[in-house]
Amino acid sequence: MIYKETGQYKSSYKSDHAIFPLLQDKIAFSTLMFIAFLIIPFVINSYWEKAILVPFLIFSLAAIGLNILTGYCGQVSLGTGGFMAVGAFSTYKIMTYFPDMNIMIIILISGLITAAVGIIFGLPSLRIKGFYLAVATLASQFFLVWLFNKVPWFYNYSDTGQITVSERTMFGIPVTGAEAPSYATYLFCLVLVVVLSFAAKNLIRSKMGRSWMAIRDMDIAAEIIGVPPLKTKLSAFAISSFYIGVAGALYFAVFLGAIEVTESFDIMTISFPVLFMIIIGGLGSMLGSFLGAAFVVTLPIGLKFLMVDMVGLSAVTAKHFEITIWGLLMIVFLIVEPHGLARLWSIAKEKLRRWPFPY
Amino acid sequence: MRIKQLLIGMTASVIAVSGYVEMAIADLKFPMLVYRTGAYAPNGIPNADGFVDYYKMINARDGGIGGEKILHPECETGYKTQVGVECYEKNKKDAMVFQPMSTGITYQLIPKATADGVTVYSTGYGRTSAANGKVFKWVFNAPVTYWDGASIAVRHILKNNFGNIKGKKIALVYHNSAYGKEPIRTLQTLSKKHGFKLMLLPVDHPGQEQKATWLKIRKARPDNVLMWGWGVMNQVAIKSAASIKFPMDKFIGIWWSGSENDVLPAGQGAHGYKSLTFNAPGTNYQVHADIKKFVHDKGEASGDGSHFGTVLYNRGLFQAMVQVEAATVAQKIHGTSKITSAMYRDGFENINLSAKRLEELGFKDFAPPFKITCENHGGSGLAAVQQWDAKTKKWNMITEYMYGDSDVVQKLIAEDSSKYAAEQKIAERCG
Repeated sequence: MIYKETGQYKSSYKSDHAIFPLLQDKIAFSTLMFIAFLIIPFVINSYWEKAILVPFLIFSLAAIGLNILTGYCGQVSLGTGGFMAVGAFSTYKIMTYFPDMNIMIIILISGLITAAVGIIFGLPSLRIKGFYLAVATLASQFFLVWLFNKVPWFYNYSDTGQITVSERTMFGIPVTGAEAPSYATYLFCLVLVVVLSFAAKNLIRSKMGRSWMAIRDMDIAAEIIGVPPLKTKLSAFAISSFYIGVAGALYFAVFLGAIEVTESFDIMTISFPVLFMIIIGGLGSMLGSFLGAAFVVTLPIGLKFLMVDMVGLSAVTAKHFEITIWGLLMIVFLIVEPHGLARLWSIAKEKLRRWPFPY
Repeated sequence: MRIKQLLIGMTASVIAVSGYVEMAIADLKFPMLVYRTGAYAPNGIPNADGFVDYYKMINARDGGIGGEKILHPECETGYKTQVGVECYEKNKKDAMVFQPMSTGITYQLIPKATADGVTVYSTGYGRTSAANGKVFKWVFNAPVTYWDGASIAVRHILKNNFGNIKGKKIALVYHNSAYGKEPIRTLQTLSKKHGFKLMLLPVDHPGQEQKATWLKIRKARPDNVLMWGWGVMNQVAIKSAASIKFPMDKFIGIWWSGSENDVLPAGQGAHGYKSLTFNAPGTNYQVHADIKKFVHDKGEASGDGSHFGTVLYNRGLFQAMVQVEAATVAQKIHGTSKITSAMYRDGFENINLSAKRLEELGFKDFAPPFKITCENHGGSGLAAVQQWDAKTKKWNMITEYMYGDSDVVQKLIAEDSSKYAAEQKIAERCG
């Protein structure tokens, strides 16, 4: 009953091709946007900002980036941490060279720089596939992190190799640095995420997105029907890296503020978790990127809250439990629902269509 | 029905979460960022146990600080920056002081805590130039900094070479992170001053892989090796040094590379290994007797109680003692036992741990006396060299507490802190 489609006629191509063709989805999405833009900014505090919402938004962006490459174009990548580092360090370098440039522009340029780097590291994908490509992208992860740690030019010859953000404003309100109010950093990330997600969704529905999926499903067949592998694969690498680069820039400039490349962009802190996000969320699904990011960001915090603050376990016991539960959940997920949370959501939608009269 | 229940449950938990964060606490809160898991746990556990036992002892013996109980909620960071930020945000309200026990998290918290008005105390680690209180109002790193440490180590080498180390080769094996890189600039400056050759050997996190590092040392044969390591890196380095038969008395670690956990795995091979320290090992102090009486004998020891009296446990006691002393001083200054975060900082800036005061606190001859002022947040700058005796399994102090090369260090601190002040647009304080 909730998802009743009867009576919703589409009388134009435009309405037939809408991102949310159902009225119910439109209402749900508008409500979500209303809450996100007009309610949360007024009630947000620094804990929700720094621990949950901002990391969720940033990792959603990274997950969308990786999903474009892995979920839609079928090119497995383990280099997310390295590409995010490119975004972060580009932001830092541009910030220090052009102190008056607007932070939004800096972040978008950092995305473009990452896209260029992504194209270079995407070149081997023309020759190698699957696991072998995963290894090649793994190399990019280690190479990029090593490079930013080794060459002092990238961190402006600071003694410790740390890069620190300085304050930048949007419309007179600081969005980076320690003085930035919670609502400002949150809204800044939110605007970028919403705009870029719409762009990604539409790209996927365009000719480019369809050729990515053709390559993913069977690259030889795709080539025979006229999809150029060079252009398609490299465009996937470029666009994916753009998203990941923007995520890296936000991770450094808005979220953490000070970063050390070996620790913050480690394969275990970024590359694997982001890969888990798209696997848990759902490969080849926009919604999956968000659900996966929400799951990975909030699960440890939720478990900690439940075990330490509610049940009263000691912090270390809770941590051991958390690690165990995390591993178990991964296995359970892969067995019970290999298509991820997004698939669970579509099953729920099917059920809701008939609810409360299942047959 | 199920969905409804689930929704109600979720809403309730969301409300509970936000409610918890907002909750104000009446007692004095000393949040602890600890790591009892991960690659740095072997060092993190004894240190955290020291803190907890001291707080428990103060609560049991004195009924808290000036009648106010100490709350010490633990937050497990696993030495990870992002988790550290979460822990900080969760506990910062009405917090007295944060002790991150990680240089990375310290760098992360310096601007945040400064904006929020919360004290950060990084005991002998973190950002060295935070010793300049004129720039870093909310950050303290007494009693001694890494740059002091580097110059004290060089001073010790100088002494063993009759004051001349021209042309000698000194290698630095360091954790390839902000922590390990801290001493590099000081050592470079000192190498110019004394004419020794400096060899830099980074070891990547977590530090298990050091084959190439020690192969290089075997080839280049440096006269001395210094180490800035932490966690498993220390154990692996000392084992590797022993296996290439590097003379152990020429191998000097920073104060974070000199605990029992670090040398025990290498067995007899670690005999003679040296490290710096700013507190004494052992259990022959009044504070230990008190902890035994008020905490351990009641079966309330933190962890399994097996780290009692080890180097890092004792350091935890020392760190906790300084933090509690700051609260006592703040209560005296402001004439109230219910101090706020801002009052606590005033207390910290007026700490004067004279020999007499240390004796009163049960820390007689445990550490050199020091004093914190508005200008100097770095304390005395004194450290001594201790040496490991593998036969009796004991650390022995082999030198007096000594100063570093303050000409070099003070100049570097002024340089670095003024750079930071310019970047962050901070005006200098202290008239």
